[in-house]
Amino acid sequence: MARAVPNSRKAINTAVAWTIAILIFFPILWTVLTSFKTEATAIADPPVFLAFDWTLENYTAVQERSDYFRHFWNSVVISLGSTIIGLIIAIPAAWAMAFVPGRQTKNVLMWMLSTKMLPPVGVLVPLYLIFRDWGLLDTRLGLVIVLTLINLPIIVWMLYTYFREIPVDILEAARMDGAGLASEVIYVLTPMAVPGIASTLLLNIILAWNEAFWTLNLTAANAAPLTAFIASYSSPEGLFYAKLSAASTMAIAPILIMGWFSQKQLVRGLTFGAVK
Amino acid sequence: MGNITLEKVQKKFGETEVIPPLDLAIEDGEFVVFVGPSGCGKSTLLRLIAGLEDVSSGEIRIDGKPATDLPPAKRGLAMVFQSYALYPHMSVRKNIAFPLKMAGLNAEEQNKRVERAAAVLNLTDYLDRRPGQLSGGQRQRVAIGRSIVREPAAFLFDEPLSNLDAALRVGMRLEITELHERLKTTMIYVTHDQVEAMTMADKIVVLRAGHVEQVGSPLELYRNPRNLFVAGFIGSPKMNLMTGEHAARHDCTTIGVRPEHMRIVEEGGTFTGRIIVSEHLGSDTFFHVEIPGMDEPMTVRADGEIGLRHGDTIHLEPEARQIHRFDEKGLRLA
Repeated sequence: MARAVPNSRKAINTAVAWTIAILIFFPILWTVLTSFKTEATAIADPPVFLAFDWTLENYTAVQERSDYFRHFWNSVVISLGSTIIGLIIAIPAAWAMAFVPGRQTKNVLMWMLSTKMLPPVGVLVPLYLIFRDWGLLDTRLGLVIVLTLINLPIIVWMLYTYFREIPVDILEAARMDGAGLASEVIYVLTPMAVPGIASTLLLNIILAWNEAFWTLNLTAANAAPLTAFIASYSSPEGLFYAKLSAASTMAIAPILIMGWFSQKQLVRGLTFGAVK
Repeated sequence: MGNITLEKVQKKFGETEVIPPLDLAIEDGEFVVFVGPSGCGKSTLLRLIAGLEDVSSGEIRIDGKPATDLPPAKRGLAMVFQSYALYPHMSVRKNIAFPLKMAGLNAEEQNKRVERAAAVLNLTDYLDRRPGQLSGGQRQRVAIGRSIVREPAAFLFDEPLSNLDAALRVGMRLEITELHERLKTTMIYVTHDQVEAMTMADKIVVLRAGHVEQVGSPLELYRNPRNLFVAGFIGSPKMNLMTGEHAARHDCTTIGVRPEHMRIVEEGGTFTGRIIVSEHLGSDTFFHVEIPGMDEPMTVRADGEIGLRHGDTIHLEPEARQIHRFDEKGLRLA
């Protein structure tokens, strides 16, 4: 039975929730606002909130100085590429772990997770040298490989949790119906796991899109995605807050829009299996 | 053709032996029921035949050909699961057509066979629905439809009626029996419900802790249970079992008398007791009688309506020719 919540309590809860939401959202809002200010207004003290002369000059300047669309395209290729390759590797892996677990399955899963606890900078030098020797520095292929490997543990873990929710009877029924391993995975498991796979896909695109450590360290010009595009505005020439904000807004806009439209799917996927 | 033979088939999970080496022959076209209490290994045995579990040792032959190492898809068997195990993302039509698609049949042939199966199972109106939109009975029929379209060598049923309510269960029981009459295909049916076993089987295999206790036709098992376990398990209500002086009088350790083989007599009789519960079904009446000196109440079946009530004294006489005798090991004495 639902408990009755007094109205005063509801009002307080609402106020607290809004305060937290605005606190979290404020930096993003501030960035967007700053992107429409002149460099002078951007560093004005006291800061100006809304009453300033709105201008698009930063956007023009940013697009003139660096090619936004090239970086954007690099981001798309790198995040989509690494996610799709990751899924192709992770679906069979998660299938095996969820439906035919061996004695070491739990350990393998923990080991995979443990790699996420290692500070990436610890492997930067060896990886950099390998990339240099193999000619992968500043290539999209190189970044796709690195981001696939970096995010693979998360993809496998997420899929593993979703797959465990699928009744094994149904897969056995498919085997009895004459399905081989490939048919079982393609026709039965994957379509049933679509909500889980979709949210894994979305989350990984976001993670790969926002990934800055490897993208900044392993690219220079050719393969640089939007993270590098933003970083180029905190340059030796000094800080240009307004232009930096414009670059940031342009970089986060696509992923923000994607996240907005898929929020239902994302939330559902992330809480999938939490309540049965 | 669908004869299945098991030779010394054994199953271990780690160190635990679930099925000790077991031999069993199932003839083509037979309706065989594996029955036993939960945990007796009947489902495991079925899954071994299906190929969903690997045997630890021994050999399985289907149609005379070795099948021990074949994957489930290659054994030519169809299975109906307790949970129905329908594909939730496919329509009824696609569910039923799935085995045909896997067998590589063309769309036209798939459709023809699906329509035919749907007509047999009264599913024609539901072909375009998803399993989630069907009732339990309909889902079970789809599961059966999916298994018949492929014309398998044998059908395996794993407690298919356990999730249905009582009325539906009786109906589906008849439908499955009828299906067997029509198809004449080998069927292996697992259940813990001895009524299902008695009513459907050509041959019953009674299992306990992985051991085959007895194999035979329902009436053979009913009339000549080989041991106390089978005697107690087959028949509803259960056979009355008595030890001590009652058994000693018949030169054995235990005697068993079925409820319908106890006659109610006016006076005297071997047993005299007090009725603790009387169940009036109209066609029959069951009395549960407390007999001084016996641990469990005795069950008696009487034809029609008998005017005895709770608390009344009753005199009982077992029919001499219907007394089952068992030795100290629980084995039947001739």
